[in-house]
Amino acid sequence: MKFAPTVPPHIRPATSVTRVMGEVLLALVPATLAWVWYFGPGILYNMAVAAAVALACEAGAIALRRRPVVPQLLDLSALVTAVLLAFCLPPLTPWWITATGAAFAILFAKQLYGGLGYNPFNPAMAGYVVLLISFPEPMTRWLPPLGDALGLASASLDPWQSLRFTLTGLLPEGMSWDAISGATPLDDLRTQLSVARTVEEVRAGILYGSLGAHGWEWTSNWIALGGLYLLWRKIIRWQIPAAVILGVCIPATFFWLVDPGTHPPPTFHLFSGATLLCAFFIATDPVSAATSRSGRLVYGFGIGLLIFVIRGWGGYPDGVAFAVLLMNMAVPAIDHFTRPRTYGHAG
Amino acid sequence: MAEASEPDGNRIHQGSGTKVSQPRLWHFHGGLKLDARTARAAAEPLATVPVPPRLILPLTQHVGQPAEAIVAVGERVLKGQPIARPSGYIAAKVHATSSGTIVAITDHPVPHPSGLSAPCIVIETDGQDERWDGYEPLPHYGELSANELRARVRAAGVVGLGGAAFPTAVKLGAGSGMKLLILNGAECEPYICCDEVLLRERAGEVVTGAQVLMRALEIFRCCVAIEEDKVLARRALEKVIESAGESRIEVISVPAIYPEGGERQLIKVLTGEEVPARGVPPDIGYLCQNVGTAAAVARAVLYGEPLVSRIVTVTGDGVARPRNLEVRLGTPIAALVEACGGYTDQAAHLLMGGAMMGFPLPDDSLPVIKGTNCIVVASREEIRPRTPSMPCIRCGECAEVCPAQLLPQQLYWHARSGELDQLEEYHLFDCIECGSCDVACPSQLPLTQYFRYAKTELWSRDRDRARADVARDRFEARRGRLEAEQEVRRRRLEEKTRAAERARGDEGARKAMIDEALERVQARRDQDGRDGTDSER
Repeated sequence: MKFAPTVPPHIRPATSVTRVMGEVLLALVPATLAWVWYFGPGILYNMAVAAAVALACEAGAIALRRRPVVPQLLDLSALVTAVLLAFCLPPLTPWWITATGAAFAILFAKQLYGGLGYNPFNPAMAGYVVLLISFPEPMTRWLPPLGDALGLASASLDPWQSLRFTLTGLLPEGMSWDAISGATPLDDLRTQLSVARTVEEVRAGILYGSLGAHGWEWTSNWIALGGLYLLWRKIIRWQIPAAVILGVCIPATFFWLVDPGTHPPPTFHLFSGATLLCAFFIATDPVSAATSRSGRLVYGFGIGLLIFVIRGWGGYPDGVAFAVLLMNMAVPAIDHFTRPRTYGHAG
Repeated sequence: MAEASEPDGNRIHQGSGTKVSQPRLWHFHGGLKLDARTARAAAEPLATVPVPPRLILPLTQHVGQPAEAIVAVGERVLKGQPIARPSGYIAAKVHATSSGTIVAITDHPVPHPSGLSAPCIVIETDGQDERWDGYEPLPHYGELSANELRARVRAAGVVGLGGAAFPTAVKLGAGSGMKLLILNGAECEPYICCDEVLLRERAGEVVTGAQVLMRALEIFRCCVAIEEDKVLARRALEKVIESAGESRIEVISVPAIYPEGGERQLIKVLTGEEVPARGVPPDIGYLCQNVGTAAAVARAVLYGEPLVSRIVTVTGDGVARPRNLEVRLGTPIAALVEACGGYTDQAAHLLMGGAMMGFPLPDDSLPVIKGTNCIVVASREEIRPRTPSMPCIRCGECAEVCPAQLLPQQLYWHARSGELDQLEEYHLFDCIECGSCDVACPSQLPLTQYFRYAKTELWSRDRDRARADVARDRFEARRGRLEAEQEVRRRRLEEKTRAAERARGDEGARKAMIDEALERVQARRDQDGRDGTDSER
């Protein structure tokens, strides 16, 4: 009797790139819902625009490169990039801004380098930084949590009006940005500290909650929960999240202990801005991260440290995107110096 | 590794006495928890396969030089009679595995990953299974020297039965001063359960084998590693050890993680020590033998019985009744499947070995050889086709599971771009090809395949380099020789010119020189004349 050939090993992987990316998307569902609860449906519109543009650009680039389009779109990596980009954008962002960011992320930061697996920089962060530099004003126009319910703004948009804004960039008749917008807690703290108020005074404001600020602290909680889910499913490993968190918390704790008047506590750093999103979802992008265990610790810690430094002394209220891109650059060096010792070889 | 290296070897055997204790174990890096797939085959008792009409015995069933046939076509041989002798130090004898007539010594397809044919001795059996008793049983082996025992093991053609088939006598020549004999009963690869069945049914042979091996190595400690889920095997072994009052042998349960049965991994788990990269276990005082090898040694010494049969697991959804069989070497695989109730209609793939490292066989006419521990007849469900691979996303899961602590994603990268120096730099040759990285890879990359390919590329590069080195050396030697000759010629000419110049001023000397030259011419003429007559004659 004759038999068909096969090549060892004969056991097939239980996992796939599609499953990895799908689990990441799934883990972001609770945080998305929390986001909608606090800041309105804007993020959903941004996600839709970003996803459509990202998939179209990905398909176009793959077709130009004469590769099979459908299997590569099904890996869902473009979708993950789009969703992470949408998480960084203000709830009210006109579609062309989102589209520019998504197109840059996919075409320049990913496909020009060779597509999935070859991009040295995190595509979502590259796209976001381009937007931050090109559209500084719209990128910092945030909505206050829960609209006008907390009294942080005098008016808010209904879902229909937000959609119209996304599509046209126009606010409804008679409504102004001053009436509906509010600063992010990191932005607010920064401004207030610059007029010589203390952290304690600032945090007594209604914007702030027990850990960070209303809205942000709860979306951060759900993001952390999604991150724990990814850890449990072994989609990510603990080294990068832990190192990012430590990288932020160690210097934050030090400065807070030295001078609590001008430095917020470490919990504030963790639960405001994109720290936890970065720790669990952005810095853990395997393609652009360091690969060995110790390398991941160095990489994550570097990102955390840079986040703290940029927040404290840089020109932008949050430093996640810059921190990630800077550490992306350091990855080849980190990988070089953190090679694990092979069995039977001296250390 | 430094932190745990010293005390371990001693610590394992701290507790003397028959009671088996469970010492602290170490971990090897990575590995996989795999579904054992042994339940059906292991549940059946051991059976034997009847003598087949034809036995095909390859001359190379071991690691090392091929054996040389010492019988001729037409000769009648008995079961256990030597039919091929080792041609070098690292080699093993081959014995007839039943009585019959040698009908051919010729090339025949052999079970090997290459799928090539190799020289085999073919015996047509007479069904009488008549025994040759050229080896005297040595029941009082305790009175024999290590060398005498080793000679018997070599004469009996015993090789490692765990799959690698390294000649056992060579391993036993590792020298004295070993700390510990490790008997490897940790078959961690899915489907394989021949060692489990051996331990369950013939624990006595394994224990005797351990005693003989300890005697041959002049050491006084042995531990038998068994995976923790093989309770019956462990119990059977403990019972024998207890009733023999043997205090030097200890049974240790090890966690069932693939590839724990790898010698290097097992040593790490038991002792916390690592075998040096280019070294062997005896370098750090350990000697590893498969439990089946120990049983074969026991039979060779106690009963004078050479290695003519072994236990083979025959399993998979493609056979009707998976089980373990005692099989004469040289028996075609088809006869094994027959003894298991034949094929089911799901039979699609045939493997020799387990689900991770086993290699495919093209057909079932190939014979069982010394290293055959398992035959898998797999369905298309059990071995699914590979899905098209995606680009590497550098997730590093391969590095997480690699038992050699390599960076497979980095090796893959360099293998793809043909950067051979980098491959060596990243320790490609420490890859044991266990296949764990393939199973962990979300991009479904055939990593192990790449590494096998890259290794052959490196070998061929090294061969080319060696050849180029030889050619260059020869070229340089030739040039040096030519230059030296030229130099000598130049000097001689110079000297002649100088002499001629000196002579020009001195008439007497000039005449002397002319006479000398004439004499030389005359002498040559005489010489030529003699040579001429010589040749005429």
